[in-house]
Amino acid sequence: MAAKNIMIVGVGGQGTLLTSRILGGLATAGGYDVKLSEVHGMAQRGGSVVTFVRYGEKVAEPIVEEGQADVLIAFERLEALRYAHFLKEDGALIVNDWRIDPIPVVIGAAEYPEGIIETLKKDYKVYTVNATEESKKLGNPRVFNLIVLGIAAQHMDFTVEEWYDVIERTVPPKTIDINKKAFDVGYHLVSE
Amino acid sequence: MSEMKKVIMLGNEAIARGAYEAGVKVSAAYPGTPSTEISEYLVQYKDDLYCEWSPNEKVAAEVAVGASVVGVRAMCCMKHVGFNVAADPAYTVSYMGVNGGLVIVVADDPGLYSSQNEQDTRMVARAAQLPVLEPADSSEAKEFMKQAFELSEQFDRPFVFRTTTRLAHSQGVVELRERKQIEDKPYEKDIRKTVMMPGNAKLRHIEIEKRNLELAEAANTLPINKVEMKDTKIGVITSGIPYQYVKEALPDASVLKLGMVNPLPRKLIEDFASRVEELYIIEELDPVIEEQVKSWGIRAVGKEIFTVQGEYSANMIRRAVLGEEPNFKTPAQVPVRPPILCPGCPHRSVYYVVKKLGLHVAGDIGCYTLGAVAPLGVVDTTVCMGSSISSLHGMEKAKGKDYIKNWVAAIGDSTFLHTGINSLMNMVYNNATGTVLILDNSTTGMTGHQDHAATGRTLQGDPAYAIDIQGLCRAVGVKHVTEVNAFDLETLEKTIKEETARDEVSVIITKTPCVLLSKGKKPLYIAHEDKCRKCGMCMKPGCPAMTRRENGSIRIDDTMCTGCGLCMDLCRFGAIELVKAGDR
Repeated sequence: MAAKNIMIVGVGGQGTLLTSRILGGLATAGGYDVKLSEVHGMAQRGGSVVTFVRYGEKVAEPIVEEGQADVLIAFERLEALRYAHFLKEDGALIVNDWRIDPIPVVIGAAEYPEGIIETLKKDYKVYTVNATEESKKLGNPRVFNLIVLGIAAQHMDFTVEEWYDVIERTVPPKTIDINKKAFDVGYHLVSE
Repeated sequence: MSEMKKVIMLGNEAIARGAYEAGVKVSAAYPGTPSTEISEYLVQYKDDLYCEWSPNEKVAAEVAVGASVVGVRAMCCMKHVGFNVAADPAYTVSYMGVNGGLVIVVADDPGLYSSQNEQDTRMVARAAQLPVLEPADSSEAKEFMKQAFELSEQFDRPFVFRTTTRLAHSQGVVELRERKQIEDKPYEKDIRKTVMMPGNAKLRHIEIEKRNLELAEAANTLPINKVEMKDTKIGVITSGIPYQYVKEALPDASVLKLGMVNPLPRKLIEDFASRVEELYIIEELDPVIEEQVKSWGIRAVGKEIFTVQGEYSANMIRRAVLGEEPNFKTPAQVPVRPPILCPGCPHRSVYYVVKKLGLHVAGDIGCYTLGAVAPLGVVDTTVCMGSSISSLHGMEKAKGKDYIKNWVAAIGDSTFLHTGINSLMNMVYNNATGTVLILDNSTTGMTGHQDHAATGRTLQGDPAYAIDIQGLCRAVGVKHVTEVNAFDLETLEKTIKEETARDEVSVIITKTPCVLLSKGKKPLYIAHEDKCRKCGMCMKPGCPAMTRRENGSIRIDDTMCTGCGLCMDLCRFGAIELVKAGDR
């Protein structure tokens, strides 16, 4: 099988590292060769962050390049727009419909683009969810990324049991239940 | 026999595992992205080895040198610019050679994800005549570490182990092996090898030139350098992470993959070059391999079509070598999202006051470098670790006592202990005037919260004496040392005004822990739409949790707010209210 290319994009501090570890654990348990590339250090401080996950029979480079992503998971709208061109022709774009203003917008030096989701829908297969609001309903706004991951799971070929298994092995023990619940919300969500 | 468990590991974790399996007994490091996690992973093996955070890379390297001299396998880890700090011991231990194997792990940062320059460690290592190994993925990172120690002892050379951000922070599959049980080598006093005074060093220089030639000869047949002959139309010499990009972009090309990038295997390269029609040399950053290969009269293409800046990619190689344009949609034009100080960061509060007072800042290396960008924009200079205090001193000597009253130096606690203390001693010694702010957040923040000599805890988790920074400043002769809470705006402003007015050296320690370390329930603040006069006062420090509603009034994003209360202190109209007290 050709390597499957997943990207997770968001704002530093949103938990992209945890999400990539879950995906890495999943693919390893599935017996694939896996490579992941993460961002640590300064960029983690509220900057735009990208994580790449690739798995298949044999994976060489640890990054996903423009026009190659099968699934792009965006934890924030503007970041979805920034990296959408990394998707393949028929790739799936999963967007947390949430806004975090970058500093140029906060200080009035730039405008936050209007109608991002509509713009993206013209060119890509887009699946949206307001995972941040949904996770607040579950009682913990930090687990929004598992909701987004749940939607991504609809576009990947692992069983629910495999997902549960890796979630149990990866998240802090006290948060296993709520993370699985959050995953379920995304996994069963019919998104347009 | 040995277990063969396959696991997925970060490059840095694999380096730590390799060191463990190689039987390393002593490791020292100062945190620096992208090298930090090596030590953080190594500490899990503390029953079998000793590892520490040293105050800086020079100290770390010397700790490793000492351990090697008395006969155990030792290493030190640092980022590329840390290797400059460690250059003094590195250049001379190169002459000494080793007793126990000695490896200096240095992580480069092509693309400057978290650094102040893009220097190429291979250049520094060549200048120091140190051999260099470079792995291309996690699996090799572990295996090459073990080989580095073997080769170090076999050829009596300290080895540099070079990685890059992409390798250090990528995960890949590795097979675990058992730790090799290494007998300590006996220490036999031989000052010709261990006391580098002129007479001895002169002879050692001759000796190591000889050793390097032997190593270069051996490199022609070492399996760490490998030839993958395929189609001979295109041949590529490469190493490290770029090898992976070559495999993606040119799967049919013949490849000479160098695992040892200094010294180079001349015969192997000449032979490979003679078997391919067109030879490319693909290496990130400087043309280290290319310049040597071309100097031997071999025709090759390198930096004519490849940049010396940033990271490479498969698409870049496809474009440059094959003229193929990758197919993808046009990227959208969107506002940039640079890194910023976290919501609730104590540095923001300090910088707000500094900005209000209209002061210039000689800055330093750490999260607080981010005070250089809008909307704070207070930092004037950032060079290297510890430079804030010494450059402030230079400014004063250049322009006089009155001029410097409009400036302060700003340095973090970990950076102060790294090299800032030397600069402070210099100010006292040379009768300087100037105010130094030590932004003490009780951790090494930017690299992900490592302990240091003033936190009271070692890398191995043992309690330790916590150096009293206030006392340390007084001990070197600073008479005016004040400690202030970073969020106490009034006291902070008053103190800075008083101290900058003095004709002496002053230190102000703004002591408030990093917000990412604070535990407990955070207080909840809300902004009342009806009371908000939209003046923008609370927005001035540039907290990312503050946004404006459509009508211009302020909203606090409760998913981002950490409850520092800075915005409430700045609001003159009572529009921001503490609605739920926390226990921070």
